[in-house]
Amino acid sequence: MRKQSFYDNIAGYLFIAPMLILTVTLVIIPILLSGVISFSNWNFVSGLDGFQFVGLDNYTRLVQDESFHRSLYNNLIMIAVVPVAMFLALVLAVLINKATYFKTFFKVIYFMPFISSFVAIALLWRVLYHPNNGPINGFLRSIGFEHPPMWLADPKFALISVMIIMVWTSLGFNMVIYLAGLQNISRDLYEAADVDGASPLRQFFRITLPMLSPTSFFLLITGVVGSFKVFDLIMVLTGGGPAGSTSVIVYYLYEVAFVNLESGYASAMGIILLILILLVTLFQWVGQKKWVNY
Amino acid sequence: MRSIKLNRVIVTVFMAVAGILFIMPFLWMLSASFKPELDVMKYPIEWIPSKWNAVENYKQVWAGAVPFTLYYWNTTKVTLMSTALSLIISAMAAYGFSKIKFKGRDILFLVVLATFMIPTQAILVPQFIMYRWLGLFDSHFGLVLLAASGVLGTFLLRQFFLGIHDEIIESARIDAAGHWTIFMRIAMPLVQPALATYMILRFIWTWNDYQNPLIFLRSDSLFTLQLGIRKFADFSGEFYSLMMAGAVSAILPLLIIFMIGQKQVIEGVAMGSVKG
Repeated sequence: MRKQSFYDNIAGYLFIAPMLILTVTLVIIPILLSGVISFSNWNFVSGLDGFQFVGLDNYTRLVQDESFHRSLYNNLIMIAVVPVAMFLALVLAVLINKATYFKTFFKVIYFMPFISSFVAIALLWRVLYHPNNGPINGFLRSIGFEHPPMWLADPKFALISVMIIMVWTSLGFNMVIYLAGLQNISRDLYEAADVDGASPLRQFFRITLPMLSPTSFFLLITGVVGSFKVFDLIMVLTGGGPAGSTSVIVYYLYEVAFVNLESGYASAMGIILLILILLVTLFQWVGQKKWVNY
Repeated sequence: MRSIKLNRVIVTVFMAVAGILFIMPFLWMLSASFKPELDVMKYPIEWIPSKWNAVENYKQVWAGAVPFTLYYWNTTKVTLMSTALSLIISAMAAYGFSKIKFKGRDILFLVVLATFMIPTQAILVPQFIMYRWLGLFDSHFGLVLLAASGVLGTFLLRQFFLGIHDEIIESARIDAAGHWTIFMRIAMPLVQPALATYMILRFIWTWNDYQNPLIFLRSDSLFTLQLGIRKFADFSGEFYSLMMAGAVSAILPLLIIFMIGQKQVIEGVAMGSVKG
């Protein structure tokens, strides 16, 4: 048997080796390097000679940097997309699950934006939102709005415009997850409630919603984490504009790193982003024990 | 639910209207890509074009100044290679982490799983530097490696391998089969649906990825489709009919794959996330 376990050890390492080598080189080493670079004022054009440690300078600069504040603020506002998409998705999922024919057809329709590339979606909405003669404003004028919003061209409306698209793209994913959650609720509960004469609405609030709490929680966390990672859409749709009104942390990070070439400063921002996401995940660990009924 | 049929018909009709509203942007895109430029921004919207210009529009995209066909080929190549490599690496790791007992297995799995939380943007700068240094910068192979380094596949497939009874593997071991034989002959066929799901998802994500090609490619001849339509959009500026024809061209192949494999995609997404 000793020979057996020796063989198992070797086989095990060989099986996970390709994955492990890739993960270590492309993810783990880079995150450690990010940490190191974040304490320097280095840029990758100057080569290794230009590498100087500057202590916490990058981090203190982040505290004073208005563009960073703005991006962080926009990220926090964007979190509002998550509950809105969840609510709409839940209503759709319940209706589709209970009361429609062609379930598959509806799933496919709502899932379509989720599988389309953000580049194509951004190009499409840029035209739809066109302030002067785009179809959306054409419609708004036809129903009596004299001066419809300028959408992406107006700093006051640009972020809302982006958030509408985000709701549109994430709705299908949320709905599919909710549908799966609904499948897992036992029929007996509803039958018992029927016998007791509980109205459908009451059943929804007393059975469906509590039974779906793990699903809702999962969607909330993945949604919030996901909202911090929206890059492609911002990059193609607005480039952070107008006047920084749609800049988010990942987009500002990209600008600092690859346009201004400030590697140290960008790395510090990356580390802050990682800490933010860790906090959300930690919140999940704690929250799951408290609010979710399994 | 003992609901009356009429109710279901009414709700279905209502939902169908909501569904049409929901995909209206796509319908508009398709319709705009068939029109002459002058008709695109007309209001009221002509859903069915009064004048057709479809052939000319798509010709402009596919045989115009921007080498769209090349970008298409590049994307197909990178996506297929990424999907294949990712599938093999993930399946092997998933088997190792679930069916072989070796020293330090659980702690290593935790480490791999923890990388899941690292946002890609936080490691772009060091990745960029390393790629320059390793000679992987500006190459399709570099993109393939990046796509294959995701740990989601390992996590997803491990869940399914765990469902295979150990007795099957033990008895094969007694028959003197090695782990590789068991993996290829027994384990892989048993988790085929999960493999198909992950394959389709990986395909979609790699096909649609914009960030990695943007950062790690420089040469125009290596550009992928996502960089290509962005370039095409800048190039055709205010020609929205052409822009929409480009967008349709980018989305369509995926839609077809999704239509064929929608069951796998939708179930896979649901399976990976809802603990039943």
